[in-house]
Amino acid sequence: MLPRVLSLGVRRGPLTRRPGTLRGGFSLGKVVDDRWYCGSGVRPTSGCVPFRTRNRAPHWQDSGSAWGRGYKYWEEKLSEIKKKIQSVLPGTSLHPLYDSSHLPPDHSDVVIVGGGVLGLSVAYWLKKLEKQRGALRVLVVERDLTYSQASSALSLGGIHQQFSLPENIHLSLFSASFLRNINEHLAVVDAPPLDLQFNPLGYLWLASEKDAAAMENNVKVQRQEGAKVCLMSPDQLRNKFPWINTEGVALASYGMEDEGWFDPWCLLQGLRRKVQSMGVLFCQGEVTRFVSSSDRMLTKNQKEVKLKRIYEVHVKMDNSVEYQPVECALVINAAGAWSAQIAALAGIGKGPPDTLQGTKLPVEPRKRYVYVWHCPQGPGLESPLVADTSGTYFRREGLGSNYLGGRSPTEEEEPDPENLEVDHDFFQDKVWPHLAQRVPAFETLKVQNAWAGYYDYNTFDQNGVVGPHPLVVNMFFATGFSGHGLQQAPGVGRAVAEMILEGRFQTINLDSFLFSRFYLGEKIQEDNII
Amino acid sequence: LSSPFSQSLRLVAPIGNRSTRGIHQLGGAVDPESSQKKRRTMLQYLSDHFYDVEFLRGYFLQNKMDKVHQKNRSFAHLEETHGPNNAGAFFILKQGGAVKFRDKEWIRPDKYGHFSQEFWNFSEVPVEAVDASDCAINYEGLENLHLLKELQSLSLQRCPHMDDWCLSRLYPLADSLQELSLAGCPRISERGLACLHHLQNLRRLDISNLPSVSNPGLTQILVEEMLPNCKVVGVNLAEGLKLGPEEQPQDTDRPIPA
Repeated sequence: MLPRVLSLGVRRGPLTRRPGTLRGGFSLGKVVDDRWYCGSGVRPTSGCVPFRTRNRAPHWQDSGSAWGRGYKYWEEKLSEIKKKIQSVLPGTSLHPLYDSSHLPPDHSDVVIVGGGVLGLSVAYWLKKLEKQRGALRVLVVERDLTYSQASSALSLGGIHQQFSLPENIHLSLFSASFLRNINEHLAVVDAPPLDLQFNPLGYLWLASEKDAAAMENNVKVQRQEGAKVCLMSPDQLRNKFPWINTEGVALASYGMEDEGWFDPWCLLQGLRRKVQSMGVLFCQGEVTRFVSSSDRMLTKNQKEVKLKRIYEVHVKMDNSVEYQPVECALVINAAGAWSAQIAALAGIGKGPPDTLQGTKLPVEPRKRYVYVWHCPQGPGLESPLVADTSGTYFRREGLGSNYLGGRSPTEEEEPDPENLEVDHDFFQDKVWPHLAQRVPAFETLKVQNAWAGYYDYNTFDQNGVVGPHPLVVNMFFATGFSGHGLQQAPGVGRAVAEMILEGRFQTINLDSFLFSRFYLGEKIQEDNII
Repeated sequence: LSSPFSQSLRLVAPIGNRSTRGIHQLGGAVDPESSQKKRRTMLQYLSDHFYDVEFLRGYFLQNKMDKVHQKNRSFAHLEETHGPNNAGAFFILKQGGAVKFRDKEWIRPDKYGHFSQEFWNFSEVPVEAVDASDCAINYEGLENLHLLKELQSLSLQRCPHMDDWCLSRLYPLADSLQELSLAGCPRISERGLACLHHLQNLRRLDISNLPSVSNPGLTQILVEEMLPNCKVVGVNLAEGLKLGPEEQPQDTDRPIPA
């Protein structure tokens, strides 16, 4: 009898695996008293959902008759044994009856919400800059590992330095040097090198008479910060790119170096591969709840504030009601277009308006269309990404006379971000007229394809949010970049990692991107967003 | 169905490695095609099973990369004392390439890397031509070439670290550069060739034997269109045609996902 019972207890099979709050050490109980199998009323009933998968939940109650005090006695004994084992072998989970390999670990130093380029970049720099190998345990929680709706994968992959803010210029310059040496930064022994497919053709921004002065100013700032940007007059423009109609153009700025576009999927997969080799854990699931403690504190002006600290993140597993609480020291909100929801879960924005507690994260999803068209007479091999005075943009794609582009809608035309359906009338009415006006060859074009993606649009000032929240002290942001998150991800990841590990920004000073600007009302406007 | 292994072997382009062997091997490691030639070596087996071996291999790889960066450090500090031409020439000679000052003979290092020091006296003479074949020049090293304001001919044949980023950095030479050879560079693709449109004074461009260019024939035509005053040489059009029918049956053999 005993050997059979032993094997039953040890083996994981359909008989013994049972959803529910089974405790470790159960097999021991069976060995000691195999009456359990004959007892009728004590079997745990399955289907008790929602359930917790950890042993903290109350055990099912002993109904008494068959076991009486004996069961309780063994129960106490067992938990004593378990405690001993856990003190001897910390970190091992003793769940012989329950397969928990699909669950994330029950504790992690840093939980990164969002496995897009920004989240992975933070993970990469955290592991890269940690003082001791393996000092940090990092978990990346991603809702959809196929990235079907992720902005990282649907992005056009452009990189340029023609911003109006020095911080953005620095971030893009840093990213350009990161991407240039991507096979050194993201090198994994024995893995094939990454082919980023970088097109170094630059961005060409056109400005009307009204905006020419602002452009001149911006280029001055850009050149001061080290970007290689030159100004062009309409005549020079006509000489260089004869296919452009310069009507209504007063000035153009053209990026000579470190500008162009690349394959975002390659960067995403490269980062994923690298951080996995560095020991970062991945989990497909959704963050549903933050458990936090709060302290009341008084400010200098005798105002009471509540400081919150998240100590547990509930990760709901994909396609299941099962969830795992993950104890953590830090949470990084890199959920892109959905980061406001994550912030709200942590209680950010729940409070009286016009207070710091009541300040919401002003990031929302905005739908943007990208159209692909074919035009045999279109601009040739040398054509850069052209951003027109009207906000329309296009670039060449491959060698087969294909082009892709789009336009950011105005505030009133903003489409419903509920789904990712493409509005083809938008191209007919709002994009094509401008394209054909700027490049006459585009009068005869044929739309081949189109897709839509989300911007993590910061409605406050179209700039990123980086660094800790002032009240929820262990939530860090890396979000809100309104369409240029992909190209700035390497720099932002490093900045967040430095903030966590060193307590301040070191490489690039991003103090102006802190959350507190929303409360203080300090807008840092970025002009060049397409 | 042919196995992917034999297929990839056929695709690998032979890369000449002569003088700077270690650096060439590294170039191969970064080159996308040669990685498919992955074999199960003993070392690989060990690094799959022991963290220490993996760590050591990562360390050596890093070391090799650092060596390339060291070779491509900026020589701009020599500009003040010896003039820009000498600084640029010294950089090329240190790399193992050859330089030609105007109205002088080619200066070329011998197989031990020694070269005559007489060029230090030519500080007033501009450098006319540079032959940097088989050199480990990368993006950072190109900054030293920008010192040569009157460079007319530049050969970057078979440079393992020349990539598309580097080609976007040739535009400061646009005023003088007339001849450019990129033959045999394993990492240059059509994406980088597109930004040679800055070099409007170019008379001759050699883009033969570039394994990363996907459509050599089409690319040559488009480059010729982009640079109308330039003679683009090197792409053998027949080669592109021959590959076509060979590739097609492979595509149809591939199982179509339901």
